[in-house]
Amino acid sequence: MAVAAKSPAGSAYLDRYAGERVRLEAGARPWLAGWRRAGSEAFRAAGFPTIKSEAWRFIPLHALIEGDFSVDAPPAPFDRSRLKGVTFGRAAENRFVFVNGRLRDDLSSLEHLSPGIELLSFAEALKSRPQLIEGFLGNAPGLAGHPFAALNAAFAADGYVLHLAPGARAEAPIEILWVGSGADKPPVYHPRNLIVAGAGAHATVIEHHVGLCIGSYFSDSVTEIALGQGALLRHCKVQDESREAFHMAVTGAHLAAGAHYDSFVFSIGGRLARNEIHVALDGRRAHCRLYGAYLARGEQTVDHTTVIDHVSPETSSKELYKGVLDGRARGVFQGRITVRPNAQKADGQQMNRALLLSNKAEINSKPELEISADDVKCSHGATAGELDDAALFYLRSRGIPEAEARRLLVEAFLAEVIDAVALAGMRLTLEHNIARWMAA
Amino acid sequence: MTAMLEIKDLHATVDGKEILRGLSLSIKAGEVHAIMGPNGSGKSTLSYVLAGREGYEVTKGEVLYQGKNLLAMEPEERAAQGVFLAFQYPVEIPGVSNTTFLKHALNAVRQHRGESELDAMQFLKLLRETMKRLGMAEDMLKRNVNVGFSGGEKKRNEILQMAVLKPTFAVLDETDSGLDIDALKVVADGVNALRAPDRAMLLITHYQRLLDYIVPDRVHVLAKGRIVRSGDKSLALELEQRGYAEFAKEAA
Amino acid sequence: MAVTARTREQVKALDKYKYGFVTDIEMETAPKGLNEDIVRFISAKKDEPAWMLEWRLKSFRRWLTMSKSEPKWAKVSYPPIDFQDAYYYAAPKKKPTLKSLDEVDPELLETYKKLGIPLAEQEHLAGVAVDAVFDSVSVATTYKGKLEKMGIIFCSISEAMQKCPETVKQYLGTVVPYTDNFYATLNSAVFSDGSFVYVPKGVRCPMELSTYFRINASETGQFERTLIIADAGSYVSYLEGCTAPMRDENQLHAAVVELVAPDDAEIKYSTVQNWYPGDEHGKGGIYNFVTKRGACRGRNSKISWTQVETGSAITWKYPSCILQGDNSQGEFYSVAITNHYQQADTGTKMLHLGRNTRSRIISKGISAGHASNTYRGLVRMGPRAGGARNYTQCDSLLIGDKCGAHTVPYIESKNRTARIEHEATTSKISEDQLFYCRQRGLSEEDAVSLIVNGFCREVLQELPMEFAVEAQKLVAISLEGSVG
Repeated sequence: MAVAAKSPAGSAYLDRYAGERVRLEAGARPWLAGWRRAGSEAFRAAGFPTIKSEAWRFIPLHALIEGDFSVDAPPAPFDRSRLKGVTFGRAAENRFVFVNGRLRDDLSSLEHLSPGIELLSFAEALKSRPQLIEGFLGNAPGLAGHPFAALNAAFAADGYVLHLAPGARAEAPIEILWVGSGADKPPVYHPRNLIVAGAGAHATVIEHHVGLCIGSYFSDSVTEIALGQGALLRHCKVQDESREAFHMAVTGAHLAAGAHYDSFVFSIGGRLARNEIHVALDGRRAHCRLYGAYLARGEQTVDHTTVIDHVSPETSSKELYKGVLDGRARGVFQGRITVRPNAQKADGQQMNRALLLSNKAEINSKPELEISADDVKCSHGATAGELDDAALFYLRSRGIPEAEARRLLVEAFLAEVIDAVALAGMRLTLEHNIARWMAA
Repeated sequence: MTAMLEIKDLHATVDGKEILRGLSLSIKAGEVHAIMGPNGSGKSTLSYVLAGREGYEVTKGEVLYQGKNLLAMEPEERAAQGVFLAFQYPVEIPGVSNTTFLKHALNAVRQHRGESELDAMQFLKLLRETMKRLGMAEDMLKRNVNVGFSGGEKKRNEILQMAVLKPTFAVLDETDSGLDIDALKVVADGVNALRAPDRAMLLITHYQRLLDYIVPDRVHVLAKGRIVRSGDKSLALELEQRGYAEFAKEAA
Repeated sequence: MAVTARTREQVKALDKYKYGFVTDIEMETAPKGLNEDIVRFISAKKDEPAWMLEWRLKSFRRWLTMSKSEPKWAKVSYPPIDFQDAYYYAAPKKKPTLKSLDEVDPELLETYKKLGIPLAEQEHLAGVAVDAVFDSVSVATTYKGKLEKMGIIFCSISEAMQKCPETVKQYLGTVVPYTDNFYATLNSAVFSDGSFVYVPKGVRCPMELSTYFRINASETGQFERTLIIADAGSYVSYLEGCTAPMRDENQLHAAVVELVAPDDAEIKYSTVQNWYPGDEHGKGGIYNFVTKRGACRGRNSKISWTQVETGSAITWKYPSCILQGDNSQGEFYSVAITNHYQQADTGTKMLHLGRNTRSRIISKGISAGHASNTYRGLVRMGPRAGGARNYTQCDSLLIGDKCGAHTVPYIESKNRTARIEHEATTSKISEDQLFYCRQRGLSEEDAVSLIVNGFCREVLQELPMEFAVEAQKLVAISLEGSVG
């Protein structure tokens, strides 16, 4: 195998944290060590993507590259009561709490896991239940060649592993909380998650990434999902990192025949955040629904990139992303729908809308269709613009003050996405977040 | 006189399911026949088999049209021979005006018959005359085929096409469905105006109402894929009073 | 064109010729290959002013540095082009004179007939010696006279450099700079000829200007350079191309078209191009890499691109508009048809710089056979494009299950009052539509042709009358053999 050219930035980064990297490799079983090493090599060769790379042309990464992070600084203490404000369910639920990427048993609880359902930390799985992850690790769509996935492979220390036996139904949502807390030096962590659902299994997973400090940190997560025949996974993710944080997340989901993946993403935090979802609809009647809402202001950059691959015939996908941009924020939406030559009767619908509230906000949108089968129904739409003047005036003429009128219209704009969220409690929280954002 | 259309023991399957199970029918020139039946009895299947639509497989039986094997002909060939199907759900063709579409169709048929094609002027004249006779507004000409048409407008468009193409044998598939009385009258007038000694028609309908306006020579009841009873126009009234279920039971 | 003594002296004065053809300027064809001498040779042959040669040389030197950056991002694949394996200058060929249409390739005649091209025109296209009854030169002279009276200049770009060099110098390379992209740079160095149009202030050009009527219309050049200037308040409609299949030994066509529209000016540019597509496997077909750009420099200016593209083995073109002047408008109407193994990566760029600018994009792509058809577009709203509007509709039609249709739009907005609306759909001709037409007597092929024309209608109706009729027929012919 030819030795790939080295990337100076990539090498520098790996060398900076060589201690941690080597420690992780050394303590691992052979197959795991090999996987980690492959990740390092890939990252050493490719380095951080530049804007010359088509998939990354809209977000310059130098702030991230120049960041001086620490892999193992102990987190600063924080007030536990603050957690109450960011969890969704009742007190006694199934919840994992990670602080700076490490599971905190004292803050987590596993009370009522339905039969056939296992939830454990990635670190624990590596130690005592490797058979749960071997065979899945690194196989999800979208990870091959992805620089941040390679980085994650080299450094992933913890995360969650959710395993659903065939037919298992999780009655209550499973909550994962990722807390970014300050430390002497801005921490970096690489959450590695895996969800495997057997045939006919159902579950709802809520992830909440929240910054409880004002400083910077870097979260580079990879989530792999494998849904068996007829399985159903509802996956909600709320990203509310600190305003100085960097959040890179890649999710790869592989769906067998009849499986459903219902993803909802809400992004409101971070200085630079990119949420990437790859879905392979690899079986008849596999279906995914990808919905997202984002709000950004100040100097924030928020990027949502999705790739939906209709591999098999009779697959369907529905996508709707809506964003609100204020200040000097920059929003990016890249959504590709691919239909392979044999994927007849595929149905892919995509819509992405951006609302610009200020003169310096910016949107870059690239909806893409790559169709190689003819008996299909595929379409996409994209719009960009501001609040409707006429509607604003109408509300004001009925006595509603301007600020409130704007809030109402922004809420109305995002309603289409928010209303589709299944969990009522979640909807309320999101509406509250939006109102608070508008009032700030 | 030999029949214009002779259907003998026709069996047909769609998506692997047998819908027509030994249908036999004989229609002479100048006659108007009506076929009535409940949903699922095979009414539309019959019309599609006669028109030659893909996906409808004839497993047994034959259909002779003017003594020729109709089932061996491609759809456009059947049209050239004078077969016309007024669809139950006429499809939209964006960007193609009604005028353009009809001109192409008429000239294709004329060419087959060895007649000269009409140029744009001649055709437009013919079209306008026909529309006047049918009492249809001319703005329909500029619109694209069935695009944005209401149910009634689509049905009237089918009749307009029929009047221009002057087929020898016309099948009207549930032409009355979704129409109010006024629209029904326009359609019925159009059809009646086309009755001629050298032309035959087959009306496929669910309700008896249409037959008050287009009086048939023969009425047949279709149940479970075959004709279970035939009679004159009074059969339609009987059917309305007694309902389909009884006839189906009788026939089984 | 004979070389003047002055040029001879100029050339002699330059003593860098590797090929030593100071004395060989009378040659009809430059030797194969591309180097600085060839560029000088071309300029000398055309008797160009010094500034023109300088510009060519600047471009050529730049192109040498770009050789490694031949664009590779488009979704088209082709074997590497050997740029040294071509002739960059050949004197305008005298058209081969055949005595009558009987001597013309019958297949070509069949196509002409299908396209409805009148007999006399067929003769001209096929290179039949024109007799006194139809004198294309005199016909063209009549038109030219009329145009001259109105102050409209319509001639070849070489002629323009002699007649109005200041105008050419003022505008050439200002819309597509020589540095713009690999093929534009190459074109700037070695362009052979092209059209030049200048319409004076407030004049409405009374007829469609067509390359067909250009005097001394040589063979379609390999590297055509066209420059059209419609001065303030004027209007011109220009037709490029021909529905007749254009064969050419030159495989690579890299043309550059620049349009300039100051205040209240309007330019309508229509292209119906039916390049030779090569055999069923695309071998021998034309590679059509074109840079076309219109600058709406003035307020209320308007530039509209309408194209029907079919035939090339590979098409790579993005007619664009720079909407600088406030209230300016850009339009792009396109039908791109690919069949067999053709590949097209085409679209448009609408750059909104000024306030209240508007753009409208209607793109219809049709793929059949094993072809691949990509729409690639960019709509960019700059920070000062207050109140700007864009509407884009991209529809793809797939015929058969072995072809591909791709849509890659880039949408960028830096102004909140600018509004962008983009829609794209992909579908096939429905079985229901086909059956409906066939039941009405149309053959399957005719039905496809009718439905496809309906699909393209919104674009075809933007073409000038004479082109529109031919274009419709062309659409049908391009899809021959795609059904069944």
